[in-house]
Amino acid sequence: MSAQKGKATVKERANLALNDEFLVKAVKFTTERLRNGKKNASAEHGNWDEWRERGRQIRLHTIAHLDYYLNLFVENARANGVHVHFADKGEDAVAIAMDIAQRKAAKTVVKSKSMVSEELHLNHALEQIGVEAIETDLGEYIIQLAGEMPSHIVIPAIHKNRYQIADLLSEVAGEKLEADTTVLAGFVRKKLREKFLEADIGMTGCNFAIAETGSMVLFENEGNARMVTTVPKTQITLMGMERIIPSFEDLEVMATLLPRSATGQKLTMYMSAITGPKRMADADGPEEMHIIIVDNGRSLQLGDPEFQELLNCIRCGACLNACPVYRHIGGHAYGSTYSGPIGAVLTPALNKNVAEWDDIANASSLCGACYEACPVKIPLHEMLIYLRRRKVETGNGKAVETAGMKGFAALTGSSAAMKAALAIGKIGQRLVVRGGEIRTRLGPLKGWNSYRVTPSLPRRSFRDRWERLDRELDAKRPPMAPDMKRRMEQIVKERGQGGGGHGGH
Amino acid sequence: MKVSLFITCLGDAIYPRVGEAMVRVLAQYGVSLEFPKLQTCCGQPAFNSGYWQEARASAKTILDAFEDSDFVISPSGSCTGMIHHYPKLFEADPVQLARAERLRDKSYEFTQFLVNVLGVTDVGASFPHKVTYHPSCHGTRLLGVKDEPMALMSNVRGLTFVPLPFAEDCCGFGGTFAVKMADISGAMVSEKVDHVKETEAEVLVGLDMACLMNIAGNLRYRGEQVRVMHLAEVLAEGAGLA
Repeated sequence: MSAQKGKATVKERANLALNDEFLVKAVKFTTERLRNGKKNASAEHGNWDEWRERGRQIRLHTIAHLDYYLNLFVENARANGVHVHFADKGEDAVAIAMDIAQRKAAKTVVKSKSMVSEELHLNHALEQIGVEAIETDLGEYIIQLAGEMPSHIVIPAIHKNRYQIADLLSEVAGEKLEADTTVLAGFVRKKLREKFLEADIGMTGCNFAIAETGSMVLFENEGNARMVTTVPKTQITLMGMERIIPSFEDLEVMATLLPRSATGQKLTMYMSAITGPKRMADADGPEEMHIIIVDNGRSLQLGDPEFQELLNCIRCGACLNACPVYRHIGGHAYGSTYSGPIGAVLTPALNKNVAEWDDIANASSLCGACYEACPVKIPLHEMLIYLRRRKVETGNGKAVETAGMKGFAALTGSSAAMKAALAIGKIGQRLVVRGGEIRTRLGPLKGWNSYRVTPSLPRRSFRDRWERLDRELDAKRPPMAPDMKRRMEQIVKERGQGGGGHGGH
Repeated sequence: MKVSLFITCLGDAIYPRVGEAMVRVLAQYGVSLEFPKLQTCCGQPAFNSGYWQEARASAKTILDAFEDSDFVISPSGSCTGMIHHYPKLFEADPVQLARAERLRDKSYEFTQFLVNVLGVTDVGASFPHKVTYHPSCHGTRLLGVKDEPMALMSNVRGLTFVPLPFAEDCCGFGGTFAVKMADISGAMVSEKVDHVKETEAEVLVGLDMACLMNIAGNLRYRGEQVRVMHLAEVLAEGAGLA
């Protein structure tokens, strides 16, 4: 595990990242490339907001009728010859997968990228029963070698540069490999080819599950998922219970949104739809296919008006790439499988333990870049506030902050109190103001003034200046132009007829 | 027609010059603002931290102050954006909810009002300086204020506009975030200032004094001489109203 894992708070983990020059550079480099790619791809495609709204509607509809579509999917998948399993908790899913591995007397499992598998810490469990699990996605392979968690939903090893990767792979190769991406990828390809051929089980995640046909769909760039789903005799697919979409027609919208949002590609190099195990006429494919449908806290969001939309997420990672906080601290600072803005909300929501996880909800300036980037318009910036509120409402607020906020309410609850406080502040600041600025790092100003200088309070507030200003302007204010006046009257009139609302979302 | 000024707590206590500039620009068009003294703070620090009961105490002063107004104008997209959250804040209280919705529908950020309501994009200002612009997150993303400031700046004589690299990235303020997560916030504002310096602009312009206080604070800390101004100040100074 990485050094960040052992740290208790997001602040401590973030500080490790902030002081890791390689990490910050690597994360900035790749997130910039991805978000620019997304920006260009969505602009080139055109009408992006309409596509987002279409995607959102499909996800909203599916999740609202999840019981129906999930049943339909399971019926169709079973009719295709798939063994479908339901796992209520993470450990149930692990038990099901281990049971299959043991029945097949499996020695090795090759895996394509799956965030659900990471969520379940499945590799670890398989190792315990003597089954070797090999990640075949290049990024996942790298972090498996490093013994780390993914630090990005789409690019698991985003925090490593090619020199660090060359060092890791050189150990496997037993010789010094050049830090050249072609050389490194070539080495991994050769190495993994052997593993594909000897594996007993292929394990995948699932980007979308199509209810009308019982198919599961994978988006990938390396072709490793193709190998995983065609060579081994047994296939196990792990899917979150919310991965469903109704039809192939809906997949068209998702295929428009997902690759563009994730990497800026029009489509990934491979998009595979797999409908059941190998049939008589098929040249390849598994003889036995299992799909494990995982709940693990997802159904807790159903019926929660503030968090149900979390289930709309299509795991593109666009919110991570757009997030200015993620940009500086990377994924491990979030302390969980899912990082970035989606992780900051999803982790506490899946676990329903706001008290314990509240602190990652604080690692956001609430700038809304995540919402703007989201292809299905999940209001993550608002959910972060709801998490903070739930923490306070359940009595888990920090004592100092709670007292501070009570004081805030007392001061801002009346203009007289605020005016009095301001008068005291003007006197009090004399102790610390030098040349119109405050530079002290004492007390609450420590964090702020470690990076900034604070302005002092001017002698007279706006309130104190108002009467004189108003009198001065009264004397010289021209009459309003008739067209402006008409426009203003028109706006007020339309508002009265229910036509209010301007700007905003 | 009652047009009211929502000065915001920061605008009242720390940056009275911004409110004054805004009032002077609007006065040119015959807009007579009234200033309800009941107003305090929009409540955003408490709201964003999860202390909604406390946020409602501040928000009520705003609801009371602007009860009879037809238009409510503020020099901050973020504080106006907070008013857009009031219906959620008061969702369990039908009486306050109705007031909150009314207030939301009549609230405008300064450039929204100037450009979209009054129809003004040229105030006749001249400002012969190299200028860059930081679009604050809440103004752009919550209120959709994007084109309005650009239109106003493009009509200022002599103003040379230099785009800010990574302009849409948050400056790291985020209210209590800057205190609670001081080092992350510090890294964000330092990067923002790096970008401001890259433009070699003489003046950094914005529409939100909280963000500008943050960026200016880091500029001063590093001994940089870049001037930091609200767009209302640029317009007022450029039109000889200041």
